[in-house]
Order: sequence, then structure tokens, then C-alpha cells
Amino acid sequence: MFRYILRRLLQMVLAFFGTTLIVYALMFAGQGDPIQALAGERPVTAAQRAYLTEKYHLDATGVGGFFYRYFDYVRSLLQGDLGQSLTGRQIGDILQQAWPVTVKLALIALAVAVIFGVTAGVIAGIRRAGIFDNSTLVLTLLVLGIPTIVLAPLAQYFLGVKWQLFPPTAGAEPDFYALLLPGIVLGSLSLATALRLTRTSVAENLRADYVRTARSKGLLKRRIVSVHVLRNSLIPVVTFLGVELGNLMSGAIITEGVFNIPGVGFNLFRGIRTEDGPLVVGIVSVLVVVYLVSNLLVDVLYAVLDPRIRYE
Amino acid sequence: MRVRRLAAWTALPLAVTLGLAACGSGGDGGSGGSGSDTVSIQIAEPQHLVPTNTTETSGSQVVSGLFSPLVDYDAQNKPVEVAAESVTSTDNKVWTIKLKDGFTFHNGEKVTSDDYINAWNYGAYAPNGQGASYFFEKIAGYQDLQGEHPKAKTMSGLKKLDDLTFQVTLSAPYIDFKTMLGYNAFYPLPDAAFSAPGVLSDSYEQAPIGQGPFKMKGTWQHDSKIEVERYDAYPLEKPKAKNVEFRIYQQLTAAYADLLADNLDVLPTIPTENLSTAQTDLGDRYQTSPMSSFQFLAFPTFDKDFQNPDVRKAISMAIDRDEITKSIFKNSQQPARSFVSPVLPGYRENTAGAAGEFNPTEAKRLYQAAGGPAKITISYNGDGGHKDWVDATANQLKANLGVEVVGSAEPKFADLLNKVEKKQPVGMFRLGWVMDYPSMEDYLGPLYSTNGSSNYYGYSNPEFDRLVKEGSAAPTQEEAIKKYHQAEDILAKDMPVIPLRFGENVFGHSSKVKNVEMDLFQRVNLLKVEAAS
Repeated sequence: MFRYILRRLLQMVLAFFGTTLIVYALMFAGQGDPIQALAGERPVTAAQRAYLTEKYHLDATGVGGFFYRYFDYVRSLLQGDLGQSLTGRQIGDILQQAWPVTVKLALIALAVAVIFGVTAGVIAGIRRAGIFDNSTLVLTLLVLGIPTIVLAPLAQYFLGVKWQLFPPTAGAEPDFYALLLPGIVLGSLSLATALRLTRTSVAENLRADYVRTARSKGLLKRRIVSVHVLRNSLIPVVTFLGVELGNLMSGAIITEGVFNIPGVGFNLFRGIRTEDGPLVVGIVSVLVVVYLVSNLLVDVLYAVLDPRIRYE
Repeated sequence: MRVRRLAAWTALPLAVTLGLAACGSGGDGGSGGSGSDTVSIQIAEPQHLVPTNTTETSGSQVVSGLFSPLVDYDAQNKPVEVAAESVTSTDNKVWTIKLKDGFTFHNGEKVTSDDYINAWNYGAYAPNGQGASYFFEKIAGYQDLQGEHPKAKTMSGLKKLDDLTFQVTLSAPYIDFKTMLGYNAFYPLPDAAFSAPGVLSDSYEQAPIGQGPFKMKGTWQHDSKIEVERYDAYPLEKPKAKNVEFRIYQQLTAAYADLLADNLDVLPTIPTENLSTAQTDLGDRYQTSPMSSFQFLAFPTFDKDFQNPDVRKAISMAIDRDEITKSIFKNSQQPARSFVSPVLPGYRENTAGAAGEFNPTEAKRLYQAAGGPAKITISYNGDGGHKDWVDATANQLKANLGVEVVGSAEPKFADLLNKVEKKQPVGMFRLGWVMDYPSMEDYLGPLYSTNGSSNYYGYSNPEFDRLVKEGSAAPTQEEAIKKYHQAEDILAKDMPVIPLRFGENVFGHSSKVKNVEMDLFQRVNLLKVEAAS
């Protein structure tokens, strides 16, 4: 197990540098005129253009320019310096501010998905084709069918503005309550998927041989479901949720925008809009680490859930 | 085995509880309603808060509270002294600026003429890369501070006479210099701002020290808020609000939701998405006021299709501006039939003459007689919400001229400019302009002069250039405006651009504040706004 984890960690280092290279190359290739993007529609003076070009090496173009700028970036990255955004802010500071709030948001969303999705999925799986099963089917289809870009403003308008149950926006240092509504909105999609997954898995396992054996041994139904079936049914759900954690963090662009949460999604959006290569690469690199770590955790959890799985 | 099972059952709930616990420790939020003596105002994350580097509205809004300008504008948009006692000149070339006594910076430092001279030199020095440095280019000696290795660090045109008086020599007479001084590039900087002469300290921008009615409370909380409080030693009329919180929003729609819930006090721009419902949502808290923005369509001079002015006039006549401002902009913008904004002293209505009037039959006749192209393209930047009106304009042209018209979106404004610079066929393209200070010259110069900073379409008329130059060098405002009028008449003949719309501030406020006023620069008047009791 230890060797397995060590091997995976070493692979992460490679994957990390590989992604920064690719993302940096993509941002480099897609870069138009970041100085004009920063100025909006205002004319840019020659002095300012010269100043920014020199400061950020924007005149280094072509393949040579790319490698020059990439290695420059990596060199300072290894010294713990993520560089500066075009407005002169330290990208390290930006990330430091953005990550905690996004992690909180993603964890709330994940908790919502786990608590409601898995519970409702188990109930629906046991009472297959019942009223509960059918109504959740309709509801989840509905949620899966509405994109966040519609769902988020609707939730904000009705729950935040009209009935004033939640604060309409969360802001930069939100408390748990302010993050609840965005968390639910963000988690609703994962919730629906987790529910469908659990339901199918539970329904399938209920027909398995070991359940029949357990029942014929005279075990209580509650014990069969909560210990034997659930544990076996959770494997696909855990896989899904592990990957979903990364998705929730990177995919919160719309939710963070609607609820005014200056997290990772917002900064990613801003970075792309202002063609700020170092900012985007910095955020994506951390996202990559999140994905890698959560995948590792999922793999380790497999072994915990299913003793037949062993890692060498 | 036992351990494994236990682990399995604790893993998930533990993760959940940990997550929730982590969320609970967030501290109190910035989203709560503001206190009774605090007025919250929406801004976007400013790019910079150093006055000579502040060129966008959000930053300008914040520094307008922290600093007091030399001059401000009266109801007719003529300059009136604020921090200056007097701004005088006999020849419009050598200007003497006398400061009012009693101004102090928020750290207690007395404001002297040195603070102005140092700040302006810092702003003009090219290696500092200040965004508003072009404001100083009319001052003598500006050129010596340009280039990669400038010859000088200070402009020869700035001379201190005594602690409260200094002299500004321009490289050429400029009638509107006093008007220009209202821009935020001309604020002073305290000695505390500099770590060495001419070197701004790194931390200054995080908590700018000014001499204005408000001082910083804490530092700039990036992406979150900037808080300021009333500065008690401010010598002039004190602001009504005790505290102002500039709350940073990424999206206007989020700010609008907060406004509806009384969670935000002033929203300086109602988002386009909400324009149709805003009047019902807000009632009399929905307000409009004049501002300076000007939207137009430009004809690149390298495109042979549009070289005949009659073609350009015909296209202009075929556009029903009233219909577009009404149906698309819900009257939040006004139809434009002149080449400069109505907020300016010297503005005349309908200077475009017949070309500004909607007249489809005459348009078609003129278009055909002049041999206009069979296909017209209208290029625009796709990230600015221009699609609706460009499509509507294209449809009008199609119907009224009987030619094929298509709207073509470029991803970003820079892409559009890039294509124009490379003389690629973009057809007509959209542009906008907001003024830096209320002078006709600030439209005629940058937009239509041969070397104008925003003259991307290459319009050039020596007669026009001469008249604008003569106007800005004229001895009196009346004579200047007369020259500007003659210049504008040339534009009506040449029709280098088609004026489309003049913008307005469309803003809203919560039920917790009153006396919300907006100026021509899309800024809330921080002296007037106050909490409603």
C-alpha cells in the first residue's frame, strides 16, 4: 500500500509539470493582445504598452519566445513565486484568497450530494417502482435537464430576493448560511447523478446471491441493507464523487458569478478574459493537484470498501 | 477486517462533518446589510488606485472619494475650483494654480504645491507605466520623460512658486487646461506615498492616502470590498455619509439581486438583462442622468466601398435610431444626431443634418445614385453585448436599402482593432467613446483628428485638424467653441462615422439611502449620498 501511494505521488509530479506545460502552451497560443484586453475599449498609450510588454515579456513570441517564457515561469514557480497578474497583483495572493472559499463551497455541494443523494438513492433502490422512486426519477431528470446558468439565477431570485430565505449573494468572506444556497445549487447536479447511481447499484445488489444468503440466514432486512448492500453499492458512487470534487471546484464559474463569490471559478474566468496566462496556469495547476489527490483517495477508499482489492 | 469496516463507515460521514465544520468557521460575511450610517456602492475590482494609473470607472469612483480634485464641474459642466483657490492664465500657455489653504492629507501632512508637482512628474515618467500619463503630454518637457531611458525625471513646465502656488507651462496654448484638471490624473500625492523621490512605495496602492473627504478604513480587500470613512479634517463641505463601502462584484446581475433585497445601496449601472423589469422593480428608485458615452459606426478609409460620403450618409439615413433606442435599449440611451455628446458646453443638436434623420426613400435613392456596395458588413466585438442592436441595425439597412447586410462578431475588442490595423475587410465597425473631461476638444481631437488616439478608421482632413488646433489655442472659450463648431460642420459633410446613440447613467438605489446623484463619469456623488433615516 505504501509503495503504491509513493508511486502514485511520483506520477503526480510528472503529471503536474505536463499539465502546466500544456496549459501554458494553450494560453500562449490563444493570446491575442492582453494589454488591450486589460484596457477594454480605451486606447492604450505607447508608454504603457512598452511598460507592460517589457514587464511581462509580451514581446517574446513564437516557439523560442514560448520556451523562454515557460521556463521563466517554471523557474520562478520552483522558487515559490507564481508571478504577477497584469494589474500587478501577486498571483499567489489571489490563489490564497480564492481557494478557501471555493473549497468550502465545493464541500457543501458535495455534502448535499452525499447526504441527500445517497440517502434518497438507497430508499429509491429498496422501493423500486414505488411512488418515491418514480417521483425522484422525475425530479432528478428535471434537475439534470436544467443548466446551472438557469437554475442559479432562479434560485437566487426566488429564495434570495423574493422570499428572502437566504442572502442573495455570498461575497468574499461568507458564513456557512450564505454559502448554503450556492452550495445546494452547485451540488444539485451531482446530487441527481449520485441518486441515480446509488439507486441502480442498490437495486442490483439487492438481487445478488449474498443478499439471498443473508436473508435465508435470517438477518434483519435493515442490517442487510445498511451493512452488506450499501457497502457494495457505494463503490461506483465513491468513484463518481471523488472525480466530482474536482469538477465542483473547477466548474463553479457560473455559480460563483451569480452569487458573487470571488473563488477559483471567478478568477479562472477573469484570467481567460484578460488573457492572463500565468493566472490561468496557476489556478489550473492547483486544480490538477486536486484531481490527482482526490483520485488517489478514491483508489485507496476502494481497498477499504472492498477487501478483495489490494494494491502492491 | 474490523478496522477496515470501521474505517469504511466513518470515512464518508467524517468527510461530511469535516466539510461542514470547515464551512462554519468562515467568520461573519460581507454580505450582510450595511449599517445605518454606511452606504454601500457597487464597483468592479479596480485595476489600480494610484490616481495617475486609474483610468476605469471603478477605480475612479474610489479615488474620487479619497481625493479632492483641483476643479469640478458645475451644472453647465464648466469648471469650478475645489481644491484650487484659482486657476488663471493670461495667454492659456502659462497657468498659475493657487491652492486653497487648509487641505491636509489623511496622515496629517499639509498639502503643498510640491505634492502636485511630484505626483504629476511621477505620472508622466514613462518607465512608471502609468495609464493616465497622456494627460500630461500638453505640459512643456513631457517629451523628455518618454522613451525607454528618458533624459529627465521632471517636467520643465512645472515650477513651484511658493508652498501653495505653482506654475504650469504648456508646450502650446490650451484653452481647456482648466477643464482638464478635473480628471483624477491631476490629484496630488503625499510624501508618504514615495519610498524615494520619484519611486512610489509598494504598499501605497493598498491603502492610498489622499486629501479628499474620505479616508481609507483598513486596506483594499481585493475582490471583496474597499471601505472608507469620513475624514474629519476635510476643510470643505463634508460628506453626509459617515462610511462608504465600495463592494466589489464580478457580475452586475448579482449586484442587482442584492439591490432588490436591500442588501446593496447603490448600483451605478443597471444590467442590460434587467432593464425591462427594473422600472417596475424599483419604482422611483430607478433613475437616469446624463453621461458622456457616445456610440457610433465607423467607416475604415482603406475600404473603397465607403469612400463616397454620399454612401455613408445614405446608410446613416436608413437607420431608425429612435426605434432601436426604444425597443432594444428601453430608452436607456438616446438617439445621437451630432458628433459630440450633449453634456458638453457648445453642443448643438442635429449637426449631422439631413443625414441624421430617418428617411428610407431618400436613403435608397442616394445609396443607389452613389453606387453603394451590394453587401455591407458590420463588425463588432462579441463580448460587449452589442449583438442585439447590430442585428437590428443590419435588418433596418437590409429593408431600407435593399442590400445584403450582415453583423460579424469578433471575439474581443482587441481582435477587432487588430483586423482594422491590418486593413482587413471588416466593413463598418462599432466604436464607443467616453470623455475624460467635458470639452468638445476631447471628442474632436481623439476621435476625428488625423493623429487622434481613437481614430482607428484613419479619417484625415487637414482643414478639420487645423480648426481643432486653432480652437484649442483660442484665447477665449467663445472663440474656441466657434472653431469647434466649424470643425464639426466639416464632419457633417464628410460623415466619417455614423453617430448612433448617446448613453445615460441608468442607476438604482435601495430604500435605505437618498440623494443619490451620478456624475458624467458614471460615478456616484459621494458628498451628497446619505442614509435615509
